Amino acid sequence: MRKAITPAEAAALVPDGASLLYGGFMGVGTPQRLVEALVERGVRGLTIIGNDTARPGLGIGRLIESGCVAKAIVSHIGTNPITQQKMLAGEIEVELVPQGTLAERIRAGGAGLGGVLTPTGVGTVVAEGKQVIELDGRHFLIEMPIRADFALLKAHEADYNFNLTYRLTATNFNPVMALAGACVIAEPDEIVPVGVIPPDHVRTPGVLVHHLVERPR
Amino acid sequence: MDAKEIIARRVALELRDGTLVNLGIGLPTLVARYVPAGLSVAFQSENGIIGFGAPPPHGMEDPNLTDAGGGFISALPGAASFDSAMSFALIRGGHLDMTVLGGLQVDGRGLLANWMVPGKLVPGMGGAMDLVSGSRRVIVAMQHSAKGESKIIPELTLPPTSTRPVSLVVTDLAVLEPTSEGLLLKERAPGVAIGEVLAATAAKLLIPNEVPEMAIGDAG
Repeated sequence: MRKAITPAEAAALVPDGASLLYGGFMGVGTPQRLVEALVERGVRGLTIIGNDTARPGLGIGRLIESGCVAKAIVSHIGTNPITQQKMLAGEIEVELVPQGTLAERIRAGGAGLGGVLTPTGVGTVVAEGKQVIELDGRHFLIEMPIRADFALLKAHEADYNFNLTYRLTATNFNPVMALAGACVIAEPDEIVPVGVIPPDHVRTPGVLVHHLVERPR
Repeated sequence: MDAKEIIARRVALELRDGTLVNLGIGLPTLVARYVPAGLSVAFQSENGIIGFGAPPPHGMEDPNLTDAGGGFISALPGAASFDSAMSFALIRGGHLDMTVLGGLQVDGRGLLANWMVPGKLVPGMGGAMDLVSGSRRVIVAMQHSAKGESKIIPELTLPPTSTRPVSLVVTDLAVLEPTSEGLLLKERAPGVAIGEVLAATAAKLLIPNEVPEMAIGDAG
């Protein structure tokens, strides 16, 4: 039997300067208790990789406004004025990646692929500094895989084998990120006994998950 | 009928039965209100659902069921949810019949800019670049002008979203179709004369002999 840990214990694993993948789309599907524990611990210099920076006070936005982040690799920052202010002030570096490209780069990183060929971004600023190749008369950008030191996931149910399920649109980037973190930490809504989750319902096999955060008390 | 309603009603006429459609945040979202009677259209939200419906009544919101703007939605019977890689495989892989996006500029070649104003506004592209690259049809729904300046211009001055021209542009004044010859004026909004469209358009337009009014009925 594996054991769950507290959000504070999980946050203590993350050193200053670490890179972390985080699930979530506008904060939905982001492990909020883990984020709060990182804010509390006062971590600095993080590189965060996820879809967006949510809103002030919400989701990963809490790390932005608390000065924990040095670089953000995201598809969208338009809903968080603090990210924009810090970017323009030079306090945070922002790398914008098309959303579908971000998903596939992370998938490639976790799946052992050398990169992704995508038509998205050809001929735009996204293509600057990247190789373009022509195959069968179509042009593709070569996009490199993404891996990170940590992946912070939000799950719906977990069991003590650390198998995970997700719910509805809170799923988003979580399943692909589960493969791409050197250390994977999952925060579930519920923890159920082993055997309760039918094998067909498991979206992330427990072997991928290193730490499970205990349920809220 | 205000400008946004004119645009949304006209875009809704582009919907076809049995298709999969993605609506962007903001103005394009309004299109869902005007689906013609009898049509069955599946709407995708790129954060991971096909078959979503109107926001639920107050108190019945599900924190795990939201649209790409973070707003609460409902799931219609038969809806399907999935992760981001699947969502963009649908978009990029040619499985999406139509996308409706907002725009900052469209130019005479039909190219769209809708994701940043250098030095001023940098929201990011989100899913827009994948949508314009991959959707079978790309429809731009936007006001014809902003702050007195035409958004239909000869050549983009903002960074393009894609090198692929869009399929159709619907504004509060006109319907424009990018062709190899240039932008074709297909329709004009109710009560709008061709001269008014031309006056509000910085790009050159091709004007056919007949330019009918949009068939969106009276203010309803």
